Amino acid sequence: MWRDALLVAAKDLRIEARSRVAANQVAPFAVLVLVLFAFALDPDRGVLERAAAGLFWVAVLFSAVLAVQRSQAVEGADGTADALRLSGLDPAGIFLGKAAALAVELFALEVVLGAGVVVLYGVEPGGYLLLFAVAAAATLGLAAAGTIYGALAGGARMRETLLPLLLLPAVAPVLVAATRASEAALGTAVAATTAADWMSLLGVLAVVYLAFGVVAFGPLMEER
Amino acid sequence: MRASTSSPLTLSLGLAAGLALAATVMLGVSLPASVEQGEYSRLIAIHPGLAWASYLCFGVTALASAAWLWPRTRSSRWDLLAGASAEIGVVFTALTLATGSIWGRPTWGVWWVWDARLTLSALMLALYLGYLALRRVPDPPEIRARRCAVAALLSVVVVPLNHFAVDWWRTLHQGRSFAQLDPGNALDGEFIGAMLVGLLAMTLLYSWLLVHRYRVARLEDERDERSLEEALEERRREAVVV
Repeated sequence: MWRDALLVAAKDLRIEARSRVAANQVAPFAVLVLVLFAFALDPDRGVLERAAAGLFWVAVLFSAVLAVQRSQAVEGADGTADALRLSGLDPAGIFLGKAAALAVELFALEVVLGAGVVVLYGVEPGGYLLLFAVAAAATLGLAAAGTIYGALAGGARMRETLLPLLLLPAVAPVLVAATRASEAALGTAVAATTAADWMSLLGVLAVVYLAFGVVAFGPLMEER
Repeated sequence: MRASTSSPLTLSLGLAAGLALAATVMLGVSLPASVEQGEYSRLIAIHPGLAWASYLCFGVTALASAAWLWPRTRSSRWDLLAGASAEIGVVFTALTLATGSIWGRPTWGVWWVWDARLTLSALMLALYLGYLALRRVPDPPEIRARRCAVAALLSVVVVPLNHFAVDWWRTLHQGRSFAQLDPGNALDGEFIGAMLVGLLAMTLLYSWLLVHRYRVARLEDERDERSLEEALEERRREAVVV
């Protein structure tokens, strides 16, 4: 399973390195969302700085939808999905590989967005260790949930409109927990939120989605 | 092919649901207006019942989906049952939100507050609207059933996670201020009685709707199969004529 996961992750990342869709389209879109937030909220009143953690994670979520669509589109072209199924790779391995590749892409995106938030919103970075842990756990959860829902909607017609409707309510807890934990790390938390509670929720989310994907990806792959 | 979805079972279920609903309305109207909430406290006769029924609907959807995924019990009937139950569940969830909102306007002064339970219901509504959208995707029945069954089971995992997230989110932020406004604190016997009759009425209403909706789905399936067979038959006849 782990070897298969590594193979699939390497394949997805190689495709990304050559096509540069995430770098040329998804990342600029994410930064654009940050700029649009600044247009919508008055940048002079400190609203952006206070809401930075939430806006950051909303931007990540929107970009994740695009990244998931891209990750599935790669399998949709030229009958790749059938080839992957016939390859004899373990479905759980395929799931973990696709989720890992997505997580790497999302993590890179978060670094770009983090720099954007510091530069554009004037956020004072701090609590690096906690921020890194939050980003890692939230990214794993997002990538796992995204890969499951991507596969659910991926084979369906009308997938472009279906995916956000399915994915966003399911990752709402990731948004809540990641935002609160990031606020705690940055010291902008409104209430005395305990980062440990939110971190444990993020951890549980990541484990649950990963476990569900490992079990459910087999039946989902059979269909197409 | 049956032309109707009614049977002695649905007739008796429907009559029982109608009687229980009438009793709920009568009990609800006869409740005294409470000091803080005025006339709106009477919504307790239907609101908890609706909320309970929506959870029941999604529970049945999850069980039916599991039964479809289990190879030994796999049958298209489970898939149709899951879909029928989820559809009714979405209606009940929307009604729960609507009655909660009507109650919240005079009590809290606004139509919507970011209360943990309200937020959870809204997320649940979005989740199952997505499920219903997935059901409407035109694909071969087997593929659609598999996809929907996985989505339904995933929703069962997601709802408790959402529950924790919004619960902590709200309680960490503003304590239990809304809990103190809850009608539950001032309940006396009459209110509890009306609420229980409401629970029973909504459960009966749900069962009645479920049987009808399930049978409509079966009829749709049969019609699709028949029209396919008829089309095949027509092509065969054409071939013989030539």
